[in-house]
Amino acid sequence: MLALGEALRLVGRLDPELVAIVALSLKVSLSAVALAAAAGLPLGAAIAVGRFPGRKPLIVVLNALMGLPPVVVGLLVYLLLSRAGPLGEFGLLFTPAAMVTAQAILILPIIAALSRQVLEDAWKDYEEQLHSLGAGTFDAALTLLWDARFSLVTIVLAGFGRAAAEVGAVMIVGGNIDGVTRVMTTAIALETSKGDLALALGLGFILITLVLLLNSAAYLIKEAAQRRYG
Amino acid sequence: MLPLQLDKVCFSAGGRSIIDHISLEIGTGPRTILLGPNGAGKSVLMRLCHGLLQPTSGAVLWRGAANGGRPRQQAMVFQRPVMLRRSALANITYGLKLAGIAPGERELRARDVLEVVGLLHVAARSARVLSGGEQQRLALARAWALNPEVLFLDEPTANLDPGATRDIESIIAAIHASGTKIIMSTHNLGQARRLGDEILFLYAGRLAERAPVDRFFRQPASAEAAAFIKGELPWQ
Repeated sequence: MLALGEALRLVGRLDPELVAIVALSLKVSLSAVALAAAAGLPLGAAIAVGRFPGRKPLIVVLNALMGLPPVVVGLLVYLLLSRAGPLGEFGLLFTPAAMVTAQAILILPIIAALSRQVLEDAWKDYEEQLHSLGAGTFDAALTLLWDARFSLVTIVLAGFGRAAAEVGAVMIVGGNIDGVTRVMTTAIALETSKGDLALALGLGFILITLVLLLNSAAYLIKEAAQRRYG
Repeated sequence: MLPLQLDKVCFSAGGRSIIDHISLEIGTGPRTILLGPNGAGKSVLMRLCHGLLQPTSGAVLWRGAANGGRPRQQAMVFQRPVMLRRSALANITYGLKLAGIAPGERELRARDVLEVVGLLHVAARSARVLSGGEQQRLALARAWALNPEVLFLDEPTANLDPGATRDIESIIAAIHASGTKIIMSTHNLGQARRLGDEILFLYAGRLAERAPVDRFFRQPASAEAAAFIKGELPWQ
């Protein structure tokens, strides 16, 4: 109870350390989701509309990768970016850039696999009409992405939720360095192990609130748009 | 690009023969109605002609087209219209864009055709929220805007009430009057009489009979056609 009160006080007076951690979390996870969506949505559309050898195994692999454990992604990115690794010379390990990379890799399969499913279902309705109008594969994929935009918003949000909530990957490639790479989830893990439950709880509270706010906003926008466009 | 020529066209799916050795030639001019019971192969034949399906054997040839391949000056309207999630106007300009019409001309053409089908007042509204009849009129407008030489219509009024059906029929008549060849499937005999000039009667994947409308209904040559007409109009 005492910890909860302290937590609310920290949130209430906008503790600068707390604000910095929250800001970095948002920056990292939003960048990751932007990157993953930029690559994952076109990938999902291409697999939904395209017909090429190896398509079915690719779908299975993509679906399986949705369950990728964050620590494994963290480890892979760590190996890539460490001094001895292939990308070591860029000195990205233990920077926010490394965290963005890891989270983007983590959620890319989620966005690609779920959008593939949604777009393939839509494609069943659209295929004949679009072919009749003379649309090629590229035109068709773009049209589907635009027409399914309301469903895709939910998928991108699922990706953001996964990125914002994971600890393992950012812990390994970010290192949880105070003031540099400390985000909400790694801070919660650290403060809990130190016994500073107030800060940990406060962060947990903010994390949940932010995700809730973002989802509410997206839901309302989607509702309004869907009423208008049918 | 007409005449359209089918040479011993067969189509089978899942080991079942759907179209069985159909050879015919369709020329410019008269409105051609594909008539036949459900499952006779009307929709599949139309998709083969339009190029959405490839024949299992045989050939579909556009004799008048430069390369003999699938020419662009054809359009199709489906039984259930597929409306894109955008405005009525944008649904039409979308098709015009794919057809390679210059950007400046697209909206002018789209507005013209919307006016003719009586939908100009809903041009800005989302196509998905229009009624079934309005959506089918929009689908006709989208096809007409392409100025096709041939328009395929696959049971365009099967899901509509009588009022909406009348609207669609008068638009089809207007498209015909503007010089577009109409090839339409239906199992509605009244509609076949109202809109058709010649009947292609399909039965079990075969072309059972081809005749001018009057003759077909007065004096069907095939037993299948006679039974179909009788079965559909038991009071006659």
